[in-house]
Amino acid sequence: MSKKEWPLWEVFIRSKQGLSHKHAGSLRAPDAEMAINNARDVYTRRSEGVSIWVVPSNEIVASDPSDSEELFEPSQTKVYRHPTFYDVPDGISHM
Amino acid sequence: MTKEEALFTYLLRRADDTLILGHRLSEWCGHGPILEEDIALTNLSLDLIGQCTSYFQYAAQIEGKGRTEDDLAFLRIEKDYVNCLMVEQPNGDFGKTITRQFFYDVYHKLLLEALVNSKDEQLSAIAEKSLKEVKYHLRHSSEWMIRLGDGTEESHERMQNAVDDISRFIDELFYKDQVDEMLIKEGIIPDSADFRAAYDAYVTEVLEEATLQLPEKMWQLSGGRKGVHSEHLGYLLAELQYMQRTYPNMEW
Amino acid sequence: MKEINITELERKFQEKIDNDIKIEPNDWMPEEYRQTLIRQISQHAHSEIVGQLPEGNWVTRAPNLRRKAVLLAKIQDEAGHGLYLYSAVETLGADREQTMDDLHSGKAKYSSIFNYPALTWADMGMIGWLVDGAAIMNQVPLCRCSYGPYARAMVRVCKEESFHQRQGYEIVTQLAQGTPEQKAMAQESLDRWWWPALMMFGPSDKDSKHTAQSMKWKIKRHTNDELRQQFVDVTVPQAELIGLKVPDADLKFNEATGHYDFGDINWDEFWQVVAGHGPCNKERVAARKRAKEEGMWVREAANAYAEKRAKRKAS
Ligand SMILES: [Fe+2]
Ligand SMILES: [Fe+2]
Repeated sequence: MSKKEWPLWEVFIRSKQGLSHKHAGSLRAPDAEMAINNARDVYTRRSEGVSIWVVPSNEIVASDPSDSEELFEPSQTKVYRHPTFYDVPDGISHM
Repeated sequence: MTKEEALFTYLLRRADDTLILGHRLSEWCGHGPILEEDIALTNLSLDLIGQCTSYFQYAAQIEGKGRTEDDLAFLRIEKDYVNCLMVEQPNGDFGKTITRQFFYDVYHKLLLEALVNSKDEQLSAIAEKSLKEVKYHLRHSSEWMIRLGDGTEESHERMQNAVDDISRFIDELFYKDQVDEMLIKEGIIPDSADFRAAYDAYVTEVLEEATLQLPEKMWQLSGGRKGVHSEHLGYLLAELQYMQRTYPNMEW
Repeated sequence: MKEINITELERKFQEKIDNDIKIEPNDWMPEEYRQTLIRQISQHAHSEIVGQLPEGNWVTRAPNLRRKAVLLAKIQDEAGHGLYLYSAVETLGADREQTMDDLHSGKAKYSSIFNYPALTWADMGMIGWLVDGAAIMNQVPLCRCSYGPYARAMVRVCKEESFHQRQGYEIVTQLAQGTPEQKAMAQESLDRWWWPALMMFGPSDKDSKHTAQSMKWKIKRHTNDELRQQFVDVTVPQAELIGLKVPDADLKFNEATGHYDFGDINWDEFWQVVAGHGPCNKERVAARKRAKEEGMWVREAANAYAEKRAKRKAS
C-alpha cells in the first residue's frame, strides 16, 4: 500500500461579502470536498469566512522571484515549487 | 406527569445525548489521524458541548429548583442520565467514531429540522441554532463513511464491522414513551416516527455509496432513555464528574 | 564565475534583510538560512502539537461546561498553530511527513516544557498563564521575522493566542481566590511550573550556539536571556496580585536596573529534559507516534478513494 500523504491545498477565504478571496494558508486533504471541509474547520474557526476556495498547491504557477539571476533561474515560469502564504490585495472591487 | 415535568425530561434527553457524544469526541483531542481531522473532531465536540449547555440551562430553568446547568451535567447519578446508548459507545478506531457519528447525525439533523417548528419558542430557537451546526456534522460524517467504506480493503472491513456494531442502537433513537406522547400532543416536539422512513432512506443511500451494508435486522438494544446504560457510561461519568465529586461545592 | 555570483547573491540577500524586506519561498537564500529556519519552525510546530497533550489530558475532567469548552477551543487552536507552522516549513522544501518522522524518531526537538506532567486542574491554569505567556513573548517578535511565510503564520498565531493566556490566568485567579484547598492547589502548581517555564526561553545566551547568526538574519529579534528577563518582570507582579508566591528565594526587584533579579536555573535538569529524560518525554512522543500509526489506514483509505474516483471520472 502506498504510504504517500494527502496532497497539499491552498486555501482562499472571503471574509465578508464585497471583499476578494484572500490567501489564508494551506492544508492537506485527499480530495476537493474534504479540502473544503478541512478549510472550514481549520481556517474559519472564529467564523472568519463567508466563502472558501481551495486549489491544489501544485496547480499554482508562479512568476520568477524578482532577484533571480538567469544563471540560477533559467525558466520563465515554473510550477510553484512550494506552497506558501502570500497576499492577494484586499478590496480589488473598490479600485 | 405535568407538561413541565415532561419537558424537563425531554430536555435532559437532548442535553445528555449532546453532552455524552461531545465528551466522547473530546477524547480524540490531540490524537486524531491527521492534524486537519483532529481539528474537525474538536469542532464537532465544541458544537455539541455548546448545544448541551443550552439544553441544560433551559432544563434548569423549567425545573426551577435552583440547580444550574453544571449541576445537571455533572452531579446526577448514572441512572439519572437519559442519553441513548449509541452516543456512550466507546470511540474505538476513527472508523467506529465516524460510524457512531454518522448514525447519530442523520437522526439529529432530521430531529432538529422538525424541532425548529416547536410551539415552545426556546426549544425552537435552540434547534435552529443547532441545526446549522449539525448539517455540517452530517456532511462531514457522510463524506467519511463513503471514503472509508469505499477506500481500501482494510478500511472497508473496519467500516463494515463498525456498521454492524453501531446499528444495534438505531431503534432506540426512535424510542417513545409518555413523555414524548404528551409533548407531541402539545406540538412541542415532533413525532420521530414521522421521519423514520427518511432516516432509513438517507442511511441506505450513503451506505450504498460507501459499498457498506446494514446487517440483517440485528437485535436492538435500548434502555438509555430510562437510565439503564451500557457498562461504558460509568467510566465516562467517573472522569466527567471527577472534579465536582472530589471537590464539592467549589467554583472553578 | 559561479562563486562570484554566490557572494553577490549573499550580499544582496543580507542587504534585503537589513532593509527589512521579507524573504519569500522562491527567493534565493543561503542554505544555512534555509536549514536554520527548517529547524526552528519545525521545532516550533512540534511544540504546538505536543503541547496539545498535557492539556488534552484534562479535557475529559474539566470541572464545568464552560471550562471544558474553553479548554477544547484552546487545544484546538494549538493544533491549528501546528498546522500553520508545518505549512511554513513546507515552503522551505521539507515536507510535513518527514518533519514529523523526525519528531517521532527523537531527532527533532520541541519545547522542553511539555515534558512535564499536568497533574491537577490548576495546571490547566498554569499552562495557559505561564506557558502560553512565555510562548507569546517569544512569538510576538517573530511576527517581524525576515522569512515571510513564518512571519505571516506568526501573525495568525499571535492573534489566536490572545485568549490562551487570559483563560489560564482566569483559572488561576479563581483558584487563588477560592477555598484554602483551591489556593493550595494553585500554589503547588506554580511551584512545579515556575522553573520549567523559565527554561522555555532556552539556554542562556552564553550557551546558545545559534543566537548571533539568527539575529543577523532577523530570524530572531531578542536573545533568550532578554526574553526570559522580560517574562520574569511581567509575571512576578501578576503572581503577587493574586497572592501566589513565586518559588524563588533569590527573587528581588532591583531598583538600580529596574528589573527583577532571580535565582539560578537548574541547567542540568534542562539539558536532561532536552535530551529526552524528562518526566514525560517518552509518553509524549509515543502518543504522537501512535496517532500517526493508528491514522495510517484512514489516510490510505482516503487516498485510495480519491484515486478510484479520479479513474471513474476519466473513464
Ligand atoms: Fe500556540
Ligand atoms: Fe497557545
